[in-house]
Amino acid sequence: MEEVVQPNVYVRTCIALLMLLAVTWSIAYINLGPFNLIVALAVSIAKAIVIALFFMHIKGSSRILHLAAVAGVIWLLILISLTLGDYISRGWVPLNH
Amino acid sequence: MSISISPASEPFVGEQFDDIEQQRDAAKLGMWIFLATEVLFFGGLFLGYTIYRFTYGHVFVEASRKLDVLIGGTNTAVLLISSLLMAFAVRAAKLDQRRALVGLLAGTALLGCVFMSLKAVEYHKDYVDHLVPRMGFKWEGADPGNAELFYWIYFAMTGLHAIHVTVGIAIMLVLALLAWLGKFAHGNHNAVEIAGLYWHFVDIVWVFLFPLLYLVGHR
Amino acid sequence: MIRDATEIDIKTRGEFARDNYLSEHTVRSWLLTTDHKRIGLLYLGTILIFFLIASVAAALMRIELLTPQPKLVTSETYNKLFTIHGVLMVWFFLIPSIPTVLGNFVLPMMIGARDVAFPRLNLMSWYIFVAGGALALWSLIHGGVDTGWTFYTPYSTTYANSHVISMAAGVFVAGFSTIVTGMNFMVTTHKMRAPGLTWFRLPLFVWSLYATSLIMVLATPVLAITLALISVERFWGVGIFDPKLGGDPVLFQHLFWFYSHPAVYIMILPGMGVISELITCFSRKRIFGYAWVGCASMAIAILGFLVWGHHMFVSSQSVYAGMIFSILSFLVAVPSGIKVFNWTATLRKGAIHFATPMLYALGFIGLFTIGGLTGLFLAALAVDVHVHDTYFVIAHFHYIMVGGMVMAFMGGLHYWWPKISGRLYPEFAGKLAAMITFIGFNLTFFPQFILGYLGQPRRYHVYPPEFQIFHVLSTAGASILGIGYLMPLIYFIWAWRHGRVAGPNPWRATGLEWQTTSPPPKHNFKETPIVTGPPYMYSAEKDVDLNLASI
Repeated sequence: MEEVVQPNVYVRTCIALLMLLAVTWSIAYINLGPFNLIVALAVSIAKAIVIALFFMHIKGSSRILHLAAVAGVIWLLILISLTLGDYISRGWVPLNH
Repeated sequence: MSISISPASEPFVGEQFDDIEQQRDAAKLGMWIFLATEVLFFGGLFLGYTIYRFTYGHVFVEASRKLDVLIGGTNTAVLLISSLLMAFAVRAAKLDQRRALVGLLAGTALLGCVFMSLKAVEYHKDYVDHLVPRMGFKWEGADPGNAELFYWIYFAMTGLHAIHVTVGIAIMLVLALLAWLGKFAHGNHNAVEIAGLYWHFVDIVWVFLFPLLYLVGHR
Repeated sequence: MIRDATEIDIKTRGEFARDNYLSEHTVRSWLLTTDHKRIGLLYLGTILIFFLIASVAAALMRIELLTPQPKLVTSETYNKLFTIHGVLMVWFFLIPSIPTVLGNFVLPMMIGARDVAFPRLNLMSWYIFVAGGALALWSLIHGGVDTGWTFYTPYSTTYANSHVISMAAGVFVAGFSTIVTGMNFMVTTHKMRAPGLTWFRLPLFVWSLYATSLIMVLATPVLAITLALISVERFWGVGIFDPKLGGDPVLFQHLFWFYSHPAVYIMILPGMGVISELITCFSRKRIFGYAWVGCASMAIAILGFLVWGHHMFVSSQSVYAGMIFSILSFLVAVPSGIKVFNWTATLRKGAIHFATPMLYALGFIGLFTIGGLTGLFLAALAVDVHVHDTYFVIAHFHYIMVGGMVMAFMGGLHYWWPKISGRLYPEFAGKLAAMITFIGFNLTFFPQFILGYLGQPRRYHVYPPEFQIFHVLSTAGASILGIGYLMPLIYFIWAWRHGRVAGPNPWRATGLEWQTTSPPPKHNFKETPIVTGPPYMYSAEKDVDLNLASI
């Protein structure tokens, strides 16, 4: 038998998401230098986790679904980190000796 | 809270499956694997964004400020609320509440259309402001090439996302029709849950696009 | 109920199952089938067409290369020949081959299931594949593409005058077929194993298909977006690889190879899985180090995603990135080495039967080892600077793809043909074709190692006259190789009607697919089998009277 979630779980999830939206929107008007990006990403990640856990019913689901949920993200991080590593390190060795 | 299904009307189980449990589990796993592929599909664009933001950070900040954050932010709220409706739709399907299900699916589709309408208004505004690459693009500040690059990425990412929203709206409308015809009664609700996963994923993509495109630096 | 996997039902030996998955003959029953076995055969027919077209392109190239100066084709046509050869062989033959043909046919049976998890999606994947192929052929008919199968920018986006977008579209569409197949196999393996069939009781072919599916699902979407990006840039006239905007053409290479390196593991992993099945059956021994081989498949799949930069050592990628990719490339060779050692250890003290499938398997081990070793040479940064973009690279990957993968495909086809068709192929012809293929292959590609080392660049059809002898040897080898491939085409078709009846288990093999009739019934098993023990419960002592080389 499938479990049916109580409606107020969904409502509270949505309220939390809208509040996080307000946070990210308003912080954008404050100059935090490089932390603007970090805060923005952190809020987005929090929203994504909340959506996945409660709207997409990851909470309480099997381990293989958890794996499938994160696998794409991990692989994307591999792509981004190694490629970015190339671009970051391009200037490190002087071309003329 | 559990559901009891009358034995006279059992959910449909495919020949290849042993029982409804296996069928539902298989469908959910299949959809999550598909969503992983979508992460990597969008991921190529996220990589381009990351590399060029790293390389041309200042220009990206300038260019981002010209995007309409009011429309972008409103659209974010629209999608978040549509996800709420979708979650309730899945619940209604599980509880065999046919009319609520139809209404909620239609509501999700409607909010999707609101999103697309706002997007259309925004794209038109961008065109009028000469921000569309190769179509009258004009940039007053330094590094117009890099600014054009930012806007190319902006249109590519939001454009790809918009295609996904459109597909989602079509799916919701089809599901609403099928729901009205009673196809999801008697435990056959899994299709709604699967479609819901897709819709929430499209929402999650936008949740990242909004700050990354509209809020690059402080405003 | 099912008995111990090595027991054979003598009563049904030699019987051709009358009511089987092939019984219905209508076109509709084929084009609307959801039976994984029929879908496997649909794929077989389709990939054969692409293999033939790509082989014709190769033949034209090899004939052109007989002489140092252009004789047969212009340079632009030559570019189009190697492009279509690469595109069709990689995406429309090798990547689908074992998974969609043997995987589709055998996987559900190996795990005791009635079908895959999503049979209708399976059929849809074939139609998508055909659509992608049609787009690629459309591009070919209208003049083809001259960018190489690698579509490097800025040539592909800005300067090429050929039908890039339609070819890219064909590959893009075919990619979705791959993704659907991979997803289907993963869900099938997770959710539809027979009772008692735990992960570590699975045949190694299943492990390798699972690892392949993982790569298919995670890598192919990146190819899709990359092809879309170059198509849009070409169409729109502006894009993220465009230096005019500050874009970097090398970013394309990062995106392209992030997919294309794991893609080569999509191509080889299923072949390795087949070899595990063949080596155990034809040496009548349990695999040496089952868990190591199974986990090595997963390790290859995962590590394979971390090495793509070794295709870009001379591209202006940073030296530090190059060093990291080089070390990781050495690391990914380790699980492949583990497999080769374990297969060899399995052979030791086994009762070796030199039947046709075993000839292909032994050929695979030798040729894959050479190909893999030369991969390590290429992974060494300094060596690669010298041999990058030469025939050394071409020889390396053909040793793996043709000497390895295609031989594994042939071995698997011969092994499972009796199950698929209910009849045996002619064994003498099979052995002969295997030997001809082996000789032809080595004659074709070994000279190419020498050519590359001496400096012959790839994709050139003009070369210094002192290289001619190697090209002549290579072309001679290619003709022999062609005969080696033509023979099975002929005798498999002949055997379909006229081969000796095989019965359920002509190879006396373990594995659930051999516990049902040949050809199998529509739903594979009369009752769901129950598995009580590990795979490969062979015993050389018990099979003293067995002679599989002349069944």
